Amino acid sequence: MSVAEAPDRRDSSGRGSAFSGAAAGAEPSVVEPLIFERSRAERRAVRFPSSSEAARKRAAGQPQLPASVLRSRAPRLPEVSELDMLRHFNRLAHLNQAIDLNFYPLGSCTMKYNPKVNEWAARLPGLAESHPLDPEPLSQGSLELMWLLADLLKEVSGFGAISLQPAAGAHGELTGMLMTRAYHRANGDGERRTKVLVPDSAHGTNPATATMVGYQAVTIRSNDRGGIDLGALREALGPDVAALMITNPSTLGIFEDQIDQVLTAVRDAGAIAYMDGANLNAILGRFRPGEAGFDIMHFNLHKTFSTPHGGGGPGAGPVGVGERLEPFLPRPIPTLVEGDAEEVRANAWAGRSTPDARFVLDDDRPQSIGKVRSLYGNFGMFVRAYTYIRSNGDEGLRTISEDAVLAANYLRVRLHDAYDLPYDRLSKHEVVFSGRRQKREHGVTTLDIAKAILDRGIHPPTIYFPLIVEEALMVEPTETESLETLDHFVEIMREIAERAASDPASIKAAPTTTPVGRLDEAAAARRPDLRYAFPGETDVTPAPSAAPTPEAPTA
Amino acid sequence: MTYSPHTEADRARMLDAIGVASVDGLFDDIPSAVRAGPWSVPPPLVEQEVRAELARLAGRNRIPEVSFLGAGVYRHLIPSVVSEVISRPEFATSYTPYQPEVSQGTLQSIYEFQSLICELTGMEVATASHYDGATATAEAALMACRLTRRTRVAVSAGLNPDYRRVLETYCSGPGIEVVDVPVDLAEGGSGTTEPSSAAEALGDDVACLIVAHPNFLGQLEPMRELADAAHAAGGLFVAVVEPISLALLEPPGDYGADLVAAEGQPLGVPVSFGGPYVGLMAARMASVRQMPGRLVGATRDVNGRKGYVLTLQAREQHIRREKAASNICTNQALMALAATAYLTAVGPIGLREVAELSMTQARHLTGALVAAGLAERRFGGTYLNEVALRVPDAARRHAALAERGIVAGYPLGRSEPALHDTLLLAATEVTTDADIDRLVAELEETR
Repeated sequence: MSVAEAPDRRDSSGRGSAFSGAAAGAEPSVVEPLIFERSRAERRAVRFPSSSEAARKRAAGQPQLPASVLRSRAPRLPEVSELDMLRHFNRLAHLNQAIDLNFYPLGSCTMKYNPKVNEWAARLPGLAESHPLDPEPLSQGSLELMWLLADLLKEVSGFGAISLQPAAGAHGELTGMLMTRAYHRANGDGERRTKVLVPDSAHGTNPATATMVGYQAVTIRSNDRGGIDLGALREALGPDVAALMITNPSTLGIFEDQIDQVLTAVRDAGAIAYMDGANLNAILGRFRPGEAGFDIMHFNLHKTFSTPHGGGGPGAGPVGVGERLEPFLPRPIPTLVEGDAEEVRANAWAGRSTPDARFVLDDDRPQSIGKVRSLYGNFGMFVRAYTYIRSNGDEGLRTISEDAVLAANYLRVRLHDAYDLPYDRLSKHEVVFSGRRQKREHGVTTLDIAKAILDRGIHPPTIYFPLIVEEALMVEPTETESLETLDHFVEIMREIAERAASDPASIKAAPTTTPVGRLDEAAAARRPDLRYAFPGETDVTPAPSAAPTPEAPTA
Repeated sequence: MTYSPHTEADRARMLDAIGVASVDGLFDDIPSAVRAGPWSVPPPLVEQEVRAELARLAGRNRIPEVSFLGAGVYRHLIPSVVSEVISRPEFATSYTPYQPEVSQGTLQSIYEFQSLICELTGMEVATASHYDGATATAEAALMACRLTRRTRVAVSAGLNPDYRRVLETYCSGPGIEVVDVPVDLAEGGSGTTEPSSAAEALGDDVACLIVAHPNFLGQLEPMRELADAAHAAGGLFVAVVEPISLALLEPPGDYGADLVAAEGQPLGVPVSFGGPYVGLMAARMASVRQMPGRLVGATRDVNGRKGYVLTLQAREQHIRREKAASNICTNQALMALAATAYLTAVGPIGLREVAELSMTQARHLTGALVAAGLAERRFGGTYLNEVALRVPDAARRHAALAERGIVAGYPLGRSEPALHDTLLLAATEVTTDADIDRLVAELEETR
């Protein structure tokens, strides 16, 4: 069978023709061969200069590497031409859905537009080529940028101090829990406080983080309105509780409308109030967690502040803290040691430098929890986030949340008859539907619905999360999608709901237009094939199974 | 400027559909007692203005004309084609591949990354990547504790001090004790971890021995002997390596490493004032179910076509919650893609050229400084592309050179007082003969 006769491999962006012709894989069951399979001995892409005669002469007296430390054969890296390499990765790129191609309403991930000027800024040689260990007099621009970003994050969140160091949201959580423990220990209360309360709607990272710090995670149930159950919370709060970790707005897209009472109860119990700031996109200019009484919050710069998600990272997860946690922040912290902060701020807002300002990395913080990452954090993300905040400014940041909330509520009212809505309340950044009716009445699961959405060219919402919603479909439209896009999504979702009733088999057969069909995840886990088997080694790729196994829900 | 597409007419239509009079009505659920007060955020900027502001900050940095600074972060040539690949919006603006049917590009590239890291390290399984080398090292230590059910970790003093601090923080979580194994810092000494001191530190409660190779002083460690010492005590051996060195050096899998951690920054990632970088971790297949972080595996689709998925997710936080192997959620996919593209672009011959030229230039640098009577090697033994040199009055002269736009490496006195007279100088393939001549001449002037 020739490649042209291979099963239909149009991808949802309609660019599948890139995979026909001589460039495609010899095996029709392969969409794009592995780069190793394109390798030909001695083919080259990039070349490097040779050492000079002078260099070799002056190096002559220095010790050479003894044979005992050398590898016996070269690593089998691919040997390809530059064009072949570029085509390989470009073809792989064609297999991805992305924000820059189409709507990507993945709940809890805030897949908004990533402005290109941010990329321009991150690539400026003065920033990208700045070595983190260069002497501080050479790095004043990088340090000022970090100081200014932290300053703006304080304003936005209402916290008094910021560490930019954590590399991701979950990393910010780890930082927050380590600070919580350090705080209780400093108060002589470390041994007694062993529990961290986590609502049942929380991200999985919250309980996992609590465990990493040696805390026992205790689940607090939600009430029938989707909020935290105040009675259950008060009952659980006691002298053995170190912290409450709460996502607000929650993973149901709901603002905790009793948050003031929650915070009072936590404070009265002597515990730390930790806010997972994943959903900050809904509340800019409306609610400042630090001002409201939270002790710690992590930001996700890759969500709220538009740094690209990169296929799963890099992100950045700075933490903000109130006064009592400030001594425990990770070190070092970029600090202004000469010059007036007000003046530096005013100058930067006007696009001017402050000649006598001097920034240093303050490492003299004896109560610090230490370092959670090498150096200072994902600086490239700081550049993008700073660019984004300055572009949007005061009005723009408010507009972000207003339009994000507007879009989520619009989808709620336009779709609440087609899908069940277990918590039919005002939405914030996202709205969580349930496919339970489609499952019960037509045997069509949320996974089937997600796969049918793929066939319609759109990335599906987050599914099967939060866990407290049966057959959950978590939709986060963000503020950057036009009304036409939102209406198109509504049409698609309504059409799928109708089709689930009239022709459920067609939904269960989806997807049919993607580069590959439903994949056998159970086989992948049963016989893990995690790397390329070179010729002569045993290939452990699971054989095609007779019947597809249902996939594990992903969230 | 905002990136919102909505016209006032769009907003009015949406508000009407929702049935609220104004957008403020969408925030009625925030209790009035905790609504935001005024903030101090500057007004919006248009692109021309925001570019000027970022150019201003970039201009406040002074990129050295000549630099021999490494200390864990290395300037290498980043081929244009690598930058092109990671700029593709399909890679840059997608997210974690939860829907594998529309994420095969990301998934296959991660599978290729895992394969490349296995091949470089001589290990059987590699993760989809970690935040950086330091957190990969810390996660490897915690993994060793899970595998051995022991509660102490021994670490060579030759580990990058920044990694050492991150390790300490991570271990403080579950209450794991970190035990130091000294390095011979005597003048003219080995500058390495003595297997006998390692053996002393190890005991039946020590989960692993962590050793960097080359170590932070640039010295090559006796890895095989150290691995044997770890194993003799029933512990695991964690090798912290530099990936480009593996073009030349024996892969850790061959000298008995059970776990490998590394900073992947040298593989096509800009120095970018400390990040984003990419942590590498590799292990033996037998321990895969205790590995932290994401893994991509090959499988088949319903039509028998080969494809890739996130796999063994039962280890991970979104399934296991409080019982997960780690709380790690994202990897550094785009930076892992940079490493994959880099290793592909340079190939085995190019990687060797980079490693050899870096090594030759480090020897050229050392030879030139020694010949001029400006420096001498602080330790015996062997080094690769980074070398500890004794330079009288090192701190003052380092600062004086920095004022002239020359960074004479990393003053080791910053992290080890006993080495106050020692500079750690790195060379790579981008170090030119002229750079070395300039350093010799300028250092001469600071005598």
